[in-house]
Order: sequence, then C-alpha cells, then structure tokens
Amino acid sequence: MTLMHKFLGATAALALSAGVAAAEPALIYDLGGKFDKSFNEAAFNGAQKWVKEAGATYKELEMQSAAQRVQFARRMAESGANPIVVMGFQNEETLKEVAPDYPDTSFVLIDAVVDLPNVRSVIFAEQEGSYLVGMLGAMASKSGTISFVGGMDIPLITAFACGYAQGAKAVNPDAKVIVNYTGDTPAAWNDPVKGGEIAKAQMSQGSDVIFAAAGGTGLGVLQAAADGGVLSIGVDSNQNHLHPGKVLTSMLKLVDNAVYQAFKDGPGLKPGVVKMDLAAGGVGYALDDNNKDLISDDMKAKVEAAKADIIAGKIMVHDYRTDSTCPAF
Amino acid sequence: MTRMPPWADAVIVPLISLLIAFLVSGLVILAIGEDPVRAMTVMVKGALGSSYGWGHTLYYATNFVFTGLAVAIAFHAGFFNIGGEGQALLGGLGVALVLLFIPWPHWSLALIGATAGAAVFGAAWAAIPAWLRAKRGSHEVITTIMFNFIASSLLVYILVHVLRPQGSQDPASPRFPAEVKLPRLGALMDSIGIPFSKSAPANITLFLAIAACVLVWFILWHTRLGYQIRALGKKEKAAVYAGISPVRITMYAMLMSGALAGLMAVNSTMGEANRLINGAAEGAGFIGIAVALMGRSHPLGVALAALLFGFLYQGGGELSLETSIPRDLVVVIQALVILFTGALDNMVRWPVQRLFAAAKGGK
Repeated sequence: MTLMHKFLGATAALALSAGVAAAEPALIYDLGGKFDKSFNEAAFNGAQKWVKEAGATYKELEMQSAAQRVQFARRMAESGANPIVVMGFQNEETLKEVAPDYPDTSFVLIDAVVDLPNVRSVIFAEQEGSYLVGMLGAMASKSGTISFVGGMDIPLITAFACGYAQGAKAVNPDAKVIVNYTGDTPAAWNDPVKGGEIAKAQMSQGSDVIFAAAGGTGLGVLQAAADGGVLSIGVDSNQNHLHPGKVLTSMLKLVDNAVYQAFKDGPGLKPGVVKMDLAAGGVGYALDDNNKDLISDDMKAKVEAAKADIIAGKIMVHDYRTDSTCPAF
Repeated sequence: MTRMPPWADAVIVPLISLLIAFLVSGLVILAIGEDPVRAMTVMVKGALGSSYGWGHTLYYATNFVFTGLAVAIAFHAGFFNIGGEGQALLGGLGVALVLLFIPWPHWSLALIGATAGAAVFGAAWAAIPAWLRAKRGSHEVITTIMFNFIASSLLVYILVHVLRPQGSQDPASPRFPAEVKLPRLGALMDSIGIPFSKSAPANITLFLAIAACVLVWFILWHTRLGYQIRALGKKEKAAVYAGISPVRITMYAMLMSGALAGLMAVNSTMGEANRLINGAAEGAGFIGIAVALMGRSHPLGVALAALLFGFLYQGGGELSLETSIPRDLVVVIQALVILFTGALDNMVRWPVQRLFAAAKGGK
C-alpha cells in the first residue's frame, strides 16, 4: 500500500500528462473515521469488496479537522485519483468548491446532492427503510410503545426517526414512539455506554422495541436491549448477527454498494443523482437465519405489501428533510 | 540551591523534552512497521517545506494562539479555564450573527464587527462560570467543562433549527456574503511581491493573533489590572490584604479569557469556513491548555507552542496523505509532546539543573 502510494504519487503527474486513464480510485472518509462501525466503515467494506474482486488498490484518507475537507479533496484530485468518492453530507460545500476545478476527475458524493457535470450524488431514502422496520417494530411490540435512539439531532437522523414513526403508526395508530438523541458532540456517534443508558431509560418507559441509528453508539443500545429482554433494530448494515434472536431486524442502508459501484464504474462514471431507495434496493430491512423466528409470516406479508406499495408510489413516506416536519410526531 | 540561567529554563528544557517526545514517537512509528525518518521528513516538508504548508501551519497556529492565551491569562489569575472549547463555539455564533445580519460594506469593517462579536459572545459564555466562581466558589474546572457541553447542544440546536437554510442537510449556517471574506495570507504576500500559496487558509487574522499576544503581555505586566491578576493568582489572601477585590479580578480575568477563546472563531469561522459549521472549535479549546502549559503562560511561549502544535496538525495531516500511517498516530505524537513538555517537565529540568550546578561548582 505504502509502496503503491509512493509509486503513484511520483507518477501521477506523468500519467495525467500522458492521458493514461489507468487511475486508482480514492475514498475520503468523513470525520467519524474509517472504523466507526457505521457509515464510514460501510464505505470501507464496499471498497474492500472491490479490491477483492478487481485485485487492484485504491487510495484512502481520513481527516482530522473540517479545515482539511477542501485541502484533502484537492490533493486527492491532484494526485490523479479517479473516481474520488467523498463521504458525508458535510462535503456538499467541499465538492461545490473543488469539483469544478478538476473537470476530468469524477467525484461521487454520498448523502448529499451537488449538481455538477462531474459529480455523481448518491442519496438514500432512509425514511422508506425506516418505515418498514417501524412497521415490524409496532407489530412485534406487546406494550404498544417502541422507541428510537439517534446519534445527533440533525435532519438526516430525524429522517430515520420520522420514517420509523410513520411505519409504526401505519400498523398501530395508537403506537407510542419515544425518540431520543445521544448528544450534540461528535462523541454522540461512538458512545455505546450512553446508548445503553438511553435504551434502559426507554425500556423503563415501556418500550419493547428499540431502533438505533447512532453509529457505534447503537452497539450499546443493542446490547442493553438484549440484556433487558426486549427487541432491538440495527442500522446501516445487517446487525442481526450481533445478538441472534434478539435483534428484530436491521434497517439496511447499503452505502457499501454505492462505493463498490462507483469504484467499479471507474473514471468517467455517469454523473447525476442516484436515488438509493426501496425500488433501487438501496435501503431495506434484513431477514436472515438470526431473526427468522422473530418475524412471522403474517408480519412479513404485511411488510412486503407495504414495500410493494411504496415502490409503486401508493404509499408516500414523508421525508423529514423536505420541509423539516413529520406527520407522525 | 543554584539556579539555572533563565534562558536555559526557557529554551533548553523544552527543547530537550521535545526531542525526547519525538524520539519516543519515532519508536512508536517503528513499532507499527513504518519508517520514522521518512515520517519525520514528510511532516517537516508538509508543514514547513512550502508556502502551502506554512499557510496551513500558520492557520492552525492562529487558532491555538487564541485558545492558548485564553488559558494562560486564566492561569495567571489562578484559574484553570478548560471551557475554551465552548467559548470558542459561542464566539463562532457571535461571528456568524454579526456577519449574517449586518450588511457590511467592506471586510475591514466586518473584521472589527466580527472581532467584537466573537469576543463578546466568548466572554459572555465565560461570565456565568466566572460569576459562580467569584461569588459562590463553584470550581471553574467543573463549571467550564460543563459549559462546553451546553455550548455544543446550543449550537446544534441553533444550527439545525434556526440558521440552517431550508433544504440543506448540513447543520450549518448559510455562507457569509462575499464582501466579508477576509484576505488570505497568499493575497497579502502577493501584494508586497512575495509569492505565497493562495489556497492555504492562513489569513489576516494571524496579525490579530500577534496583536492579541502583545496586548496580553502588556496587560499582564504593564498595567495595574495585570498586576492585580497576577497577585490574585499567586496568593489570594495577600491580594485581599493589598486591597484587591477577588470578585472583580476573577470576573475580569475570566471574561478576558473567554473573549480570547471566542476570538479563535474569527480565524476559523470568518477566515476559513466562511460560514458557521457544526463543531467549529474542533478541540482547539483543549489544545489551548497544552499550548499554555508548554508556553509557560507567557505570550511569547504561547505563540511558539502554538506554532509547534500548528506544525503537528498540518504535518500530521500530510502524514496521512503521504503515508499509510493512521491519523490516530498523530494524536499519539501530540500526546507525547504534551506528556514530556507538560507533565514530565521536572524529569528533564532536574538533571539539567544539576548539570548547571556541577558546571558552576567545577569552575
């Protein structure tokens, strides 16, 4: 890897001037870091999948400070990497600034939209996946109270909560949905202890299904739920295996596929907005051996029906991000 | 007991500590299977080897000068202000409000307004812990760190629910108008004929930081207020006996400390990001503690220590760009520098002292 870095660093300028298109793809993680057990790690997994398949290498960068966003994106573009995948909605401004200066480099932005001819924007319909797990949660709940643990009170996470609440109320209009957020500092994404505390507090309020959308914090939520004998719902990747038989399902947000696809498409990939929704298979719910006893045929039939209706446009799941309101709160 | 000459205390001891810190860091790099010499070269070249590197190093250093001075001035009054992080966040809010809601015709006027906004908001955030300390004796270590969390929560609320433009996902304020964009160091140097990287974020706030150093030095050692602050810090009872009001001086010292921490936002929020982003302080408030400790709470020392930490930040960034050394190692290097220059200071000081004593005795 290091050798490859050196080699490519030295020859990048040469390769560019010679017009050779054999560039390495690159991945720039957001501030959470590569191993955040969530969003950035999913990107890493997608890249690894591509490495195994293509037998090639890629460059990657983790930043320390927001001031480095533009700096790192620029440096990566100048090193000749192509395409460059940039993680996180906070890089919307970064690419607006950097991408126009490198028209021959393809950029891929995950979780936000930048309308430029060399940028592919990948956005996920988190509300749709959350709607389905909300339905499952409300059907599995005996108390009629379910809950949500978010990382930070930001629009992206509220969109998860809002979809979840809509799904729950579609099944049981009287369902009570408790929503809590872990904190207001970056530590909120990686605080399993506090996640566990919030989960316990929600259990004491009667919640018996807890959905965590909080990165590494969610691991504490899942653990506390398993210890407390209630069900939990994982997020981003399939987390059913963490506590077999105790995780009801996982809300899938397949960031890894988006990164894998970008690497596979290579330089000159198709720009524009890629909407990773239920129809595109970008979000969904996880069903495997670990949770097959928790989800009855009746539950599955109802969720699959709703899924088909959402894809067909018969059910419109409201996206909190469009107008900052949620009909189910 | 023979004493070392002051220059040895101020120069030799920190330098040796620094050397040990870098040696140990080298061993750590070696232990993870990387080449420490190459790592060091990358860091030095990346941070100091070009005007681009300098531009970044100076940008980070500017942040640390403000937060370092904030901690230093509180140290002199005998307080440990670890709320620089929260005060810097509020300073950012002050800058954003001043720039978003007042139509400034020119950046120079806006700079004055933003400086005032940052200082007032930072000071206001320090005022409550200061008052609690002065009147109630609540320990400022506890209250200021709690105020960091309150500041974080307040900022997230304001960014998400008040300042965020509709439709934007990013919890951040809108961009400031183009008229208030501060000239970067590249443009300034260019106007006097020195070529300097234009993409580096160091900006005119650097000179504000230097001015702040001079001002703090002047206040502390050349005014009555400075004398009272230092007297209170040395011995409260003696200060009271001399007719100094601890309540008044505590308030003054902590308000100045908060204002200085807030000023950091002029550099980061106005000078670099050009909008208020979530978590804008990025730990600079805490780095300020290390900077003040290393700089012996003297403005000149603070400036040098800030430069060192600026170097570590920028060099560390380059390290992750150029090698496969993980970014966390940079934190390890920073920690070692703090450990050896701050906590284990006497480990170096005593042998050096003895050496000087022996040299004197031998003559």
